[in-house]
Amino acid sequence: MSPAADEAPPDPSSAVAVTVDLGETSRRELNRMLHQAQAGSFRVLNPRGAHGLACGLDARVSVEIEGSVGYYCAGMNKQGSVSVNGNAGTGLAENIMSGTVRITGSATMSAGATGCGGLVVIEGDAGSRCGISMKGVDIVVGGSVGHMSAFMAQAGNLVVLGDAGADLGDSIYEARLFVRGDVESLGSDAVQKEMRPEHVAALARLLDAAGMEADPGDFRRYGSARGLYNFHIDDIDAELSARREAS
Amino acid sequence: MTDDGAWQLRESYTFDRNVIAEIRRAANTGIYRIRGWGAKRRLPILDDLVFLGASMSRYPLEGYRESCGTDVVIGAERAARPVRLDIPVTIAGMSFGSLSHQAKEALGRGASAMGTSTTTGDGGMTSEEREHSSTLVYQYLPSRYGMNPDDLRRADAIEVVVGQGAKPGGGGMLLGQKITERVGEMRTLPVGIDQRSACRHPDWTGPDDLQIKIQELREIVDWQVPIYVKVGAARPFYDTALAVKAGADAVVVDGMQGGTAATQEVFIEHVGIPTIAAIPEAVRALRDLGVHRGEVKLIAAGGIRSGADVAKALALGADAASIGTAALIAIGDNDPGYDDEYRRLGSAAGFWDDFQDGTDPAGITTQDPSLSARLDPVIGGRRLANYLQVLTLETQTIARACGKSHVSNLEPEDLAALTVEAAAMAKVPVAGTGWIPGA
Repeated sequence: MSPAADEAPPDPSSAVAVTVDLGETSRRELNRMLHQAQAGSFRVLNPRGAHGLACGLDARVSVEIEGSVGYYCAGMNKQGSVSVNGNAGTGLAENIMSGTVRITGSATMSAGATGCGGLVVIEGDAGSRCGISMKGVDIVVGGSVGHMSAFMAQAGNLVVLGDAGADLGDSIYEARLFVRGDVESLGSDAVQKEMRPEHVAALARLLDAAGMEADPGDFRRYGSARGLYNFHIDDIDAELSARREAS
Repeated sequence: MTDDGAWQLRESYTFDRNVIAEIRRAANTGIYRIRGWGAKRRLPILDDLVFLGASMSRYPLEGYRESCGTDVVIGAERAARPVRLDIPVTIAGMSFGSLSHQAKEALGRGASAMGTSTTTGDGGMTSEEREHSSTLVYQYLPSRYGMNPDDLRRADAIEVVVGQGAKPGGGGMLLGQKITERVGEMRTLPVGIDQRSACRHPDWTGPDDLQIKIQELREIVDWQVPIYVKVGAARPFYDTALAVKAGADAVVVDGMQGGTAATQEVFIEHVGIPTIAAIPEAVRALRDLGVHRGEVKLIAAGGIRSGADVAKALALGADAASIGTAALIAIGDNDPGYDDEYRRLGSAAGFWDDFQDGTDPAGITTQDPSLSARLDPVIGGRRLANYLQVLTLETQTIARACGKSHVSNLEPEDLAALTVEAAAMAKVPVAGTGWIPGA
């Protein structure tokens, strides 16, 4: 359905999903509709890789997109539930605040970038920089992630059921990384850490929330060595002064 | 002193006392020098230009009577709520974290009193600055510290920061002394760490991506507010052209004199180009694309200190000028009343630039509550408003003298250069000649 000026506006509170065909409706109209809705379900047809679909949601609406999407799908999502039956371009669910974003296919670069909360589920693979600068989001990837994933990751959890590319977790802060497969290499200041029972339990909850079948015991945990948190400053003058006082 | 004694004390031009002190400091500590403020070394600046004023062939406006407009509108073509400024001077981006919340409030109060905008920084938006800023520009930075859609929608404009004049190509920095619980919470960082921000945006890598990013931001805010792109002055012709191509409503070009809360000295003094050289190149790009003084506005920043500087920036083609360091001085930074305390910090009022240490006696570049309480944001705001008033009056004075009924009518033809370098950079003739080097 494409709402025209002479038609009654869609009723998103209806139990039946409102269908929006992007072959007939513009992205602006779709996003305007989603921003105005307080609740309800939407089904989006013919996305054709369009950018910025369902971005800026701020209500408990459910959006199901039938096909692949371009950049920044579900960007800054808050409360909303967005699912994509297809693949996603750069910046899927970037800066997500809460709610859930799920895609059945793979995501390219920077999926979940800077996300502050909520859950992002990628059933396929994710490209480079997955979870870059993440700030509290949980990201679960059914496949593998590309290089520099979790770069400068500050908080939240990245779960990878497959492998991780080079420089995983470079310059990481307090985010937790769980990888079941191989890690090509760890980035600066990233280290493997002990998988304690609380981590196994947290991972089990994340896998359950994502609907992923996997044994938490098969994963390894990575985090920050905290060696880059502060500059290293020598003070030779103070050392010499102390020596003089001691002699 | 004997002749031989004078010879023995002859200072090396190459290894002067500052150079020697810096080598010794580096050898003692093993870390590069970090400081605030902007470039301190001698650079070609707007002082190297003069206005020609009216003459037989130009009629001045009555200096004290005839109206001379100062307003600027940004984003009228695309934003439902364009930014409308009463004066062509804005307050540049400075973060809560680098500045105390009292300082942010003072900046908001002063800017609002004069009908202009202030700008957030690399740390998110505080309630204090939103409450006290009638027009608030929300920066969208590589770090995305504190970024959230609620604040995005509360903003009056969005400024995508690609770089800043003090460090084109570098990311932000805030040392552990200033990462308090509140600052750390806003940035999702552990308290006390030395924050070194990203220099690249995490989810776009070039102008084509930026175009899509700007579209996303417009969608999120339902096309309500303008979007600026800020670049550090490095390649202003290309950066401006690409920002326009990406869909910016305004381009902010920040020259190398632009200030910083904390950056490596080597970055501040050796990366980027001066403001006087950056503005004409940005204008050339806007003219090439047919948007100068039209669809896309140019805001020039970096070392703006006076109405003369503002007027020169406008005459070179900017639509507005932005101030940072000068605004901090106006609200009380380097106050001589605290000279004793600045001296105890190893400096003196008028010289102190260790903003990174968080020990500012004036309570501005600090997160220490006992220091920040010294700054009365109401008084600070009044000082800033007075200063902005003077900048505006000075700009109008010059514009009227050049026969302009609006400050935006100032043009390069009103200018002459005092040095060959300034003439070449500003693309105006050397005074008394018609010669523009390189033209």
